[in-house]
Amino acid sequence: MSLSSRIVNVFRSERLSREIDEELQGHIDEAIASGRDPQEVRRAFGSPLRVREAGYSVRAAGWLESLVADTKFGWRQLWRNKVASAAAILSLALGIGSCVAAFRLIDALLWRPLPIANSSNLFVLSRKMVGLYGKPVEDGYWSTPDFKLMRDAVKDQADLIAVSDADRTDIAWSSDDDIEKAHVAYVSGNMFPLFGLEPALGRLLGPADDRALGLYPYAVISWDYWNHRFGRDPGILGRSVHIGDQSFEIIGVGPRDFTGTEKGTVTDVFLPLSMNVMATEDRADWHRVFVMLKPGVSASALEPMRQHLTAVNHAFGAACSTCYRGETKASIARFLNQSLAFNPGGAGISDLQKEYRRLLGALGLMVALVLLIACVNVSNMMTAQAAARAQEMALRISIGAGRRRLVQLILVQSALLSMISAALAAFFAAWSAPFVLGLVNPPDNPARLDLPADWRVLLFGLGLTVLIVLLLGLLPALRASSVRPVAALKGGEDPHSPRRLMRGAIALQVAFCVLVLFLSSLFVTSFQRLQNRPLGFSTDRLLLLQSTAGKGQLPIVWAQTVEALRAVPGVDSAAVSGWPLLGRIKINSDISVNGAPPSPTPAFFLNVSPGWLSTMKIPVIAGRDFRPQDTSPGEAIVNETFVKTFFPDLNPGQDPIGRTFQRGVNEPVNKIVGVTPDIPDHDLREPNRALFFVPINTVDGKSAPSPVSFATFIIHTEAKNPLAMADSLRQVIAQRHNGIRVSNVTTQLDLVRDQTVRERLIATLAAFFAGVALLLAGVGLYAVLNYSVLQRRREIGIRMAIGSPRTGIVRLVTLDVFVMIALGASAGLALGFSAARYVASLFYQVKATDAEMIALPACAILVTALLATLPAVLRALRTNPTEILRAE
Amino acid sequence: MAKTDSLQGSLDLLVLKILSRRPRLHGYAIMAAIASTSGEVLRAEEGSLYPALYRMEEAGWIRAEWVKKETGRRARIYELTDAGNERLGAEESRWQSVSFAINRVLREA
Repeated sequence: MSLSSRIVNVFRSERLSREIDEELQGHIDEAIASGRDPQEVRRAFGSPLRVREAGYSVRAAGWLESLVADTKFGWRQLWRNKVASAAAILSLALGIGSCVAAFRLIDALLWRPLPIANSSNLFVLSRKMVGLYGKPVEDGYWSTPDFKLMRDAVKDQADLIAVSDADRTDIAWSSDDDIEKAHVAYVSGNMFPLFGLEPALGRLLGPADDRALGLYPYAVISWDYWNHRFGRDPGILGRSVHIGDQSFEIIGVGPRDFTGTEKGTVTDVFLPLSMNVMATEDRADWHRVFVMLKPGVSASALEPMRQHLTAVNHAFGAACSTCYRGETKASIARFLNQSLAFNPGGAGISDLQKEYRRLLGALGLMVALVLLIACVNVSNMMTAQAAARAQEMALRISIGAGRRRLVQLILVQSALLSMISAALAAFFAAWSAPFVLGLVNPPDNPARLDLPADWRVLLFGLGLTVLIVLLLGLLPALRASSVRPVAALKGGEDPHSPRRLMRGAIALQVAFCVLVLFLSSLFVTSFQRLQNRPLGFSTDRLLLLQSTAGKGQLPIVWAQTVEALRAVPGVDSAAVSGWPLLGRIKINSDISVNGAPPSPTPAFFLNVSPGWLSTMKIPVIAGRDFRPQDTSPGEAIVNETFVKTFFPDLNPGQDPIGRTFQRGVNEPVNKIVGVTPDIPDHDLREPNRALFFVPINTVDGKSAPSPVSFATFIIHTEAKNPLAMADSLRQVIAQRHNGIRVSNVTTQLDLVRDQTVRERLIATLAAFFAGVALLLAGVGLYAVLNYSVLQRRREIGIRMAIGSPRTGIVRLVTLDVFVMIALGASAGLALGFSAARYVASLFYQVKATDAEMIALPACAILVTALLATLPAVLRALRTNPTEILRAE
Repeated sequence: MAKTDSLQGSLDLLVLKILSRRPRLHGYAIMAAIASTSGEVLRAEEGSLYPALYRMEEAGWIRAEWVKKETGRRARIYELTDAGNERLGAEESRWQSVSFAINRVLREA
């Protein structure tokens, strides 16, 4: 008889018992027929029950037998308390599901290695230096000439790989009019071979395609792009794609799972590094550098290599003759003082990782706490149920049930609970992880991450479930199995012991809940303050048409196009600027006043047309707006911070109109013609910076106008929804056939909204989980108090009967609970302070020590506690002493 | 119980041997065969015979099936499997060496 038949026998136990009985009865009958004394035969068998048991345990798998029985019993137990069980399962499912979803996101973005060979040997090269504003910064972008020097310097120990970010770029597959967006990355020719990647079609880029500037116009597209853009058409090979003013021939399709090294973005097109004109510029830090250790080189070689590379990089910086014209020695020294660092690069590198690392950490912490709160609730519920069954347990033990079996009984019940919850949680996690990912970036350029439900996720989910089984079951199981039968059967031993345990649980729960509330109030307040930050310009009815003009178009042509747009019915006003405000583009410029060396702090600038300020509703507080004949260099309008920074000699109230500055030593002079208030120009989170505007009419040294290759039209529409006019205005521009094309349509309002995407995401999630935590803690509190009042019914009745006042009863019921709440809240706040330090970079104008940040969670938990204790207090007060005493 | 104890460890051997000579016996017949072939010296107690049968069945040395008897009642009969046959050989040689050793001790001590 095999294990399988033993398992089968478990599920037909009655039939098995019947068969054993039948066989034994047959034996007895034959013995009697052969003349033996019936009494003696029966005695020879001993207890028939024991023989049957002995036979039974051999023929059926006993452990499974008891497991099945316990499962049935546990199920009945859950079924009997339907509402409580459903609440327990739902709260656990939400907790587990959120944890698994958070794990999926964190794992996919930060931990999961790239699908490449030797990902553990891959490092990212960055440099640490003192930034523009005197703070230490870590920068991961490099210029190509610097990269090549460093590559050659360590070529015996490691390979250096250059990969640019996959920028959302205008590309055209056929005629120039049919523009679409794709993520285009430039990579050094050694990337594909070193990553051990094989083409799905054609061939991949190799070192030979990256030998000389501009000579090898070949492109590889990713499998993902090939799939969703071309439906896996093998005819893609040999087609050409136009990017900027270059054409590239498609030579191959990358491997199926490789989407580039920038986690959060799927690279569509890979181009050779040397096809980008920036590849020759000493000062253009535009791509990242990966370091792949050669086989056999150990990690101990990293430190000498780092020092070597630091020296090479320093020599490169020092040799740059054009880099520091007119700079002071101090600022040159500050710039050259860079120390290089290797960071593990096996999981890729992206800005998304940097921006969301702490956010996901905070999110993970909050969902884990919510899960713990739910666990405490369910554990309390099971403790209460076990206490109610203390007599049953005692009976079982006194008639000989093993304690092991009792522990098993309770563990099986908690396993049942957690398994049902885990199944529900799997559905929740399957939905919620992609949902949250969809909220990560602005809708027109969503973050994309592979979120496979593979063994990593399964293992995490399984581990979590086992942990919860133990967390839920172990305490009640140990309590139940330590029941002393004599005491329990006599009418209960120490009736306070389960309550003591539960009170500890309350403190724990309140601590977790306050921690979640505290973090969430910080996040929500940050978001509100960021969203309500005064902009200083209007976002109402402003349509933005980001446009390009191939090799460039003269400023006069751009100005004529603005005129044409302004003439369209429904357009209130129109203007053009180099790029939009808060569009994440920032370019700084040195500022030199009266020929002095440039100050250590630079200023940011923006090219604008006349009328741009009024279209954006930015007031001119002194001087005037630009006129059509103004040029750059020539005239400039500056903001108040600019005046304060660079003209500290001016008294308040004195305007700087007529003063001059240069954009670097020996540069032409700009005369200030106007002053504007401060506005946030590229990042809502940053304080106001020195900013100046120059006319979009740029002229060169001989006063000849320079072409402008990209700019953004700003159109203030009369209608409420500016996007309604987008198509017709696009047509107006296209019909002029002057080479200017619209590449992206958006509104100023959307750009402002996109600035707060991350803060909105964490604030929304934090508020949601704070609500859940508060609800769960409230339910838990209610349940514990209610249970405690029920259990102390006799005591309360007696106290009332001997004349205890109502206030005494209330104090009896609530005092220790509120002590626990106070303890828990203080612990939660203390934990909150340390947690807040870790995520301080996500806050905007709030500090953990702000009084209202502490008051908010404290009030919330207090109100919840009052609400949760009210029913129990009322029940205690309504206790009828005569009834209780009579029942005794 | 003293009698069963004397059979401890050799009950398996006896049952397997009986079943190898006379296949398809039910429990009572096995017990009767042990008694008659041993000249009524050895007796298998019912209390230990059936658990032993079930254990050997579980181990795969014997297999059981229900048959209808002439009386109209069902009986569960047992027969040796190939694994049981091998087991019997092992048990027999073990018994031989043990009894040889015991005899030597009795002779020489």
